[in-house]
Amino acid sequence: MSITDTAPSDSADTGAGAASAEADRAAERVRRREPSAVLRMSEAEAAAIGGDPDDADDDELVLLNMGPSHPSTHGVLRLMLELSGETVLRSKPVIGYLHTGMEKTGEQLTYMQGGTNVTRMDYASPLFNELAFCLATERLLGIDVPERATWIRMLMCELNRVSSHLLFMATNGMDLGAVSMMIYGWREREEVLRFFEKVTGLRMNHNYIRPGGVAADLPADWRTDVARLIELIEPRLTEYDTLLTGQPIWRERLQGVGVISAAEAVALGATGPLLRGAGMAWDLRRDEPYLFYDQVDFDVIVGTHGDCYDRYAIRLNEIRESLRIVAQIIEAMPSGDYRVQDKKVTPPPRSRIDASMEALIHHFKIFTEGFKVPPGEAYAAVESPRGELGVYLVSDGTSVPYRVHVRAPSFINLQTLPHLMQNGLIADGVAIISSVDPIMGEVDR
Amino acid sequence: MAERYGAIAGAEQPSRGQAVVHPSRSEWCDVAAAARADGFDQLIDLTAVDYLTYGADRGLPDQVAPERFEVVASLMSHERRERLRMRVQVPADDPTLPTLFDLWPGSESLEREVYDMFGIVFEGHPDLSRILMPEDWPGHPLRKDYDVGQIPVQFKAASNVR
Repeated sequence: MSITDTAPSDSADTGAGAASAEADRAAERVRRREPSAVLRMSEAEAAAIGGDPDDADDDELVLLNMGPSHPSTHGVLRLMLELSGETVLRSKPVIGYLHTGMEKTGEQLTYMQGGTNVTRMDYASPLFNELAFCLATERLLGIDVPERATWIRMLMCELNRVSSHLLFMATNGMDLGAVSMMIYGWREREEVLRFFEKVTGLRMNHNYIRPGGVAADLPADWRTDVARLIELIEPRLTEYDTLLTGQPIWRERLQGVGVISAAEAVALGATGPLLRGAGMAWDLRRDEPYLFYDQVDFDVIVGTHGDCYDRYAIRLNEIRESLRIVAQIIEAMPSGDYRVQDKKVTPPPRSRIDASMEALIHHFKIFTEGFKVPPGEAYAAVESPRGELGVYLVSDGTSVPYRVHVRAPSFINLQTLPHLMQNGLIADGVAIISSVDPIMGEVDR
Repeated sequence: MAERYGAIAGAEQPSRGQAVVHPSRSEWCDVAAAARADGFDQLIDLTAVDYLTYGADRGLPDQVAPERFEVVASLMSHERRERLRMRVQVPADDPTLPTLFDLWPGSESLEREVYDMFGIVFEGHPDLSRILMPEDWPGHPLRKDYDVGQIPVQFKAASNVR
């Protein structure tokens, strides 16, 4: 690996050995750029080389395309693999097959409509996209969201983390041949989605979190529903433990596969379970608290070896932590408004529209023209199930954002793939892709 | 917090409570290296904005001359739990900027994306190629003069239709 130790030679900056420091830095630069795990070859070049070795007797090196349509690549990820026998030497993730220009589309939609766009990026955890977008918008607007709305956002996001990690459990099981796990994971996820449907009207792509609050209040019996969910899912997690965690085949398949060190993960920009699996206790919910995460009690799950097994175990235990947070939210949920009472941002209630001409005009204006956002730029980040999900917004004072950029964790985590896969077997590659858990909708945007 | 880099970068100005520095293009690498040495161990994000049709006041500090493009990098210090945003002006007639790859290898695909979407060339990047669009795609879609409505259907005229 080319970047096993990424600590910079910063001791070099202390005057004395300036020349040797410069030499150190030059050496570091050379080391990082030497032929590494990353196959830096264009698709055209690769196509020209073709799959067959020039001399069948002499050369074992083969270029192989895995994907974009492959059951284990989680959508349309294509990997160019340089193989020696079954061993992966260098590789390159080729992406863009799902690119539909969502950041460009975001420049055509008002802030009110923006949620419908961003929610489709990471379709396994749509509420986090909406949350990051709304937090950035609210930072530009300079408004505070009512307490109940914030708690509702937390409740929905934690349940979304549960459903997203359950989806990971399902696909991870499927990729590794534990097909019964696939059925169980989807089954439990469906229960969570059923609750989402009851609250937001949709199983996915909710557009539920809106600038200024949430689209609708929770249904009257939400406490019963959520308590039932916790009651249902918690014992099932114990079943997963029995089925997978301690099982020798599962452990042998995952332990020591796709190892990454904390220094490497940080250098490559990795966040989320990938970073925590490498032993770095970093979770924005704890380290840069947003919403009311500083008022709930939960643990940040950290691995030690940075392998696929750690990443599996982290996600499994994060489901438990999320359920723990959800249980606290049931207790803590205050009454009050579910959206800010700022007439410039929030449409008037339906009942007012029949009675007041101004309310009708306001309603019409907010949904056709949208609300204006003061000029400026802002960045807001949340801890999505896949890592730091950030939204960078630039406003020019109109009701449509001038620029919407999404810092998609999957896109950046994907950079670690060649490093995780180097000198491993192709079969392990399947386990590694699965453990990085990329969502291609978010990668390609 | 940005004052430390403001001294190197010549200009700093917080934006809605977030620390922002405005290095010039020639200071870009120095400020980045200083921040790296100061504990900003992760490059969280790198993107660009095309200010071609921006109607409002850019709100830049006095020393900074506005240009068409702006590259924005977000840094994270895990130790101090701090963030720093670096914004650099890149002129339209010479859209180049030195790469941050040697400081943070994680900039590789982010810079490729900015190149793909805005046509900003990162000098010294190990593999500056398109990442989201097809390799032979003309134009840079997130530029403001790239029309949303005029994209030809890519695979329409396949020559070997049977």
